[in-house]
Amino acid sequence: MHELSIVLSIIDEIGDQSEALGLKDVETVHLKVGVFSGVDRDALLFAWELACEGTPLEHSRLDIETVPLVIRCAVCHQNRTPPSLYQLCCPECETPSDTIVTGRELEVVSLEVAA
Amino acid sequence: MSTRIVEIRAKVMRQNDLLAHALRERFETSGVSVVGLVSSPGSGKTAFLEKLLSGLARDFRVAALVGDLATENDAARLKRATPNVRQITTGTICHLDAQMIEKALEGWQLDTLDFLFIENVGNLVCPSSYDLGEELRFVMLSATEGEDKPLKYPTIFNSSDVAIITKMDLAEAAEFDVAAARRNIESVRPGMQIFEVSAKTGSGMQRVFQLLRDQLAHSRETRPALQIQTIQ
Repeated sequence: MHELSIVLSIIDEIGDQSEALGLKDVETVHLKVGVFSGVDRDALLFAWELACEGTPLEHSRLDIETVPLVIRCAVCHQNRTPPSLYQLCCPECETPSDTIVTGRELEVVSLEVAA
Repeated sequence: MSTRIVEIRAKVMRQNDLLAHALRERFETSGVSVVGLVSSPGSGKTAFLEKLLSGLARDFRVAALVGDLATENDAARLKRATPNVRQITTGTICHLDAQMIEKALEGWQLDTLDFLFIENVGNLVCPSSYDLGEELRFVMLSATEGEDKPLKYPTIFNSSDVAIITKMDLAEAAEFDVAAARRNIESVRPGMQIFEVSAKTGSGMQRVFQLLRDQLAHSRETRPALQIQTIQ
C-alpha cells in the first residue's frame, strides 16, 4: 500500500501552502483522484485518519472527487469513455487509443478553512 | 462557524516529479540510458537483468540499482556481471521513489556509464505512481503468471513503454496462451512493443539488446549539447 506515502506527501503539500497563505484550521481537503492514477480511494481515506493524528489536520476531512478515464479517439475526433479500464478503445468505433485525456489526476484542488 | 474555500491546485506527486525531472536531465547530460524494470514478485526480473548486464557488459559500461524490501541477495547475484551494482533496501516501502534513486547514485560518475538499470520492488501497483526519471520503463510478465495480468493491473502496463514476456521456456508446460497475453497488453496499452524472452535459454534476448543499442544511439543523438566554457 503506497497510499500512506501519498497521504504524507499531501500533508506536506498542505503544510507548505497553509504556511504560505497564512491558513489555520483546515476543515476539509478536496482531492481529485483519477481512476487510472494507481491510487485506491478507500486506502487513501484509511491512511488519512492514521497520518493526520497529532498534526494540525487531525480534525480535517478528506473529500475525494473521482475523475473518470477519458480517451481521445483519433478516428472520431472525440473524447470518449472507454468500455473499461482495461479496454483502451473507442466505445463507438473500437479504435484503440493511446491518448489519455483524464483519469491520471492526483491533485489537491482546494481547502475549506474556518473563516 | 463559517468556512471559506481556498483554491490550491497542487499535484500531490510534485516533489517526486520535480526530483525525477532533475534526474532525467542529469541522465541526459551524462549520456547514460536509464531503463526501469517493474513486475510482480517472482516474474524473473533479476534473472532477466543478469542476462542484460552480462550481455551488454562486453561492449558497454553498465550499472544497476536494485530495489527490495530487505536483503542484498539480488545485488550480490548481479555483481557477477558487473561491479557497478547497488542495492536499495526500502524496509516497509513497496516501491522506489526519485529520492531513493538520487541517494543511491551518490558518488557514482554517471558520465562513465552507458546503461543504468533500475529494478523496482516486485509490485504491479505502487511503482506506477512514481516517476524515477527513467528513459524507458519495461513492464514484465512471466509465462507462469497467467495471461490476464495486464487486465488486472492496467495502470502499470499503461504507464510502461515496453512489455517483456519472460520465462518463455516454461510457456508450453504452463499452458500459457501467448496470443491472448499479447491481446491483453495491446488492450491496455495500444501500440506497445512486446518482447518474448527466456533468460534461461537466452531466446529473444538479442532483440532486447538491439532495442537498447538503438535507444542509446538515439538518446546520444538527441542529448543536449555539452556546455563548453571558454576561458577568457
